[in-house]
Amino acid sequence: MFHFSNIVRTKGDPEIVKGGPSLKQPADQLARALGWFSIGLGVVELFAPRRVTETLGMEGRETMVRAFGVREIMSGIMSLSVDKNAGLWTRVGGDGLDAAALLSGLTSDNPKKGNIALALLMVGGIAVLDYRAAQDTKPRRPPRDARRKLYPNRSGFPKGIESVRTAARQIAAHAKTHLKTHAETNEVKQGDERRVP
Amino acid sequence: MKALVWHGKEDIRCDTVTDPEIQDPRDAIIKVTSCAICGSDLHLFHNFIPGMLPGDIMGHETMGEVVEVGSGVNGKLKKGDRVVVPFTIICGECEQCKRGNFSVCETTNRKRHLADKVFGHTTAGLFGYTHLTGGYPGGQAEYLRVPFADATHIKVPAGIPDEQLLFLSDIFPTGWQAAAQCDIEPTDTVAIWGCGPVGQMAIRSAILLGANRVIAIDCLPERLSMAEAGGATTINFETESVVERLQELTDGRGPEKCIDCVGMEAHVMPSLPDTLLDRAKQMVMAESDRPHVLREMIYVCRPGGIISVPGVYSGLSDMLPMGAFMNKGLTMRTGQTHVNRWTDDLLRRIEEGEIDPSFVITHTVPLAQGPEMYQVFRDKRESCVKVVLKP
Repeated sequence: MFHFSNIVRTKGDPEIVKGGPSLKQPADQLARALGWFSIGLGVVELFAPRRVTETLGMEGRETMVRAFGVREIMSGIMSLSVDKNAGLWTRVGGDGLDAAALLSGLTSDNPKKGNIALALLMVGGIAVLDYRAAQDTKPRRPPRDARRKLYPNRSGFPKGIESVRTAARQIAAHAKTHLKTHAETNEVKQGDERRVP
Repeated sequence: MKALVWHGKEDIRCDTVTDPEIQDPRDAIIKVTSCAICGSDLHLFHNFIPGMLPGDIMGHETMGEVVEVGSGVNGKLKKGDRVVVPFTIICGECEQCKRGNFSVCETTNRKRHLADKVFGHTTAGLFGYTHLTGGYPGGQAEYLRVPFADATHIKVPAGIPDEQLLFLSDIFPTGWQAAAQCDIEPTDTVAIWGCGPVGQMAIRSAILLGANRVIAIDCLPERLSMAEAGGATTINFETESVVERLQELTDGRGPEKCIDCVGMEAHVMPSLPDTLLDRAKQMVMAESDRPHVLREMIYVCRPGGIISVPGVYSGLSDMLPMGAFMNKGLTMRTGQTHVNRWTDDLLRRIEEGEIDPSFVITHTVPLAQGPEMYQVFRDKRESCVKVVLKP
């Protein structure tokens, strides 16, 4: 893969000779795959809802399928972002909604109930993957109540804060006096200029 | 040599790469003795700033020893010199450099056609910081080529440890410039959002510049404790309202000076709906930045006050209260840091023992552990505030 990146290097810049280990875990790769899958499915649901409802024998539910498509796309984008864990949990929730919608179509008079059963099976399988990926990509931030190391002695001022404050006050006082003198001198000069006919 | 290389979002690796070479007579090569991970490196880690390519070497806080110089360096550097490398690459000759506006040097961005399109005009080339600013290989590596090395360096004396000098490359002058451009007066209250490394430096700088009171805002106990140690009154935004508390502390007048050391990745909290909306828009690329801190600063700053923005913003920010900004007559000052404008003074302050910037370091690890440290720093694990890497 890094051979491509070497091609786009500016001539003379360092090129990769040997790649090091990646920070990406298998769960990250799975999250990425699920994210793209979600976007793909969402696009189909959004732009070809009739094909979906006909396949499932659930004609008349096109609006719901479109809404599910928007949800899939949003979840997919989220799963591809740095907040992938939140995206994956929205996918787990979405799997529940998908299953509920499919179950509502699983009636004895639906000639396509075999397709619905197959779809339910697929949703179940995907839900397992979503749940697994969501578990494995949990943010590794420490919990709020975790014990943290504090740094109460790191002032950065080797001579102490009071010494710095005193020095700053002296400089400010000096600057004020200097400015005042400068302003008075300036006023005289301006006055002189005004007196020039 | 070994270097930390960007391979994509949340994917930085310690790769073996070819050694840098002198490409121009004004170049120098330095052997890196210390480098650091900057908060703004995390924006690249998250791929929120466009213009990174797989294979780019990270890092813009670097120091080391000169091992090779080009023929055009004209004796300004020689083999064996100890130098800190400012993150802004400067020519020292253009009109902006002559004015001291080093971060907008007109010469050093070798991909200025990109910057001209995106920003309107080019800015200086930066080390390890996207192809918008030249795509120069960064300093989280064993060796670094320094372009325009006759101007782009800070010579430092022997006898002071790397840890005290390294931050002259970025965070110390950045915090200093943030405070300096506030025109601090002895009666001023300065409020500083974000107690990361730049925030910590801004707190100390405001104290050194004579602020009457410094108020620091964050939510992490370790950072708040460090801010308090530096002389600040603290506000934890997870447990109290920033606006209410600032009003209380300033008798309802608001702080005269406000500094944003957070930038484009403001904390997202359900109790602050604008942060949720910003995050959603950022995710679908409808907005590049999360400017909650800017909104809060404009709202709370005392009329006639100054807002200073060292925090990095990359592109477009929505819903900024320009009505309040205009009617309150606020002034905003911002920019990447004109590092060399400040470093003579700051180096003197370090030498005289007025300040020791190494207080901010919480982790020192070998370069090879850099990729993991990006995660530790991002996730705020192990009470991490600043990571120094040793090649």
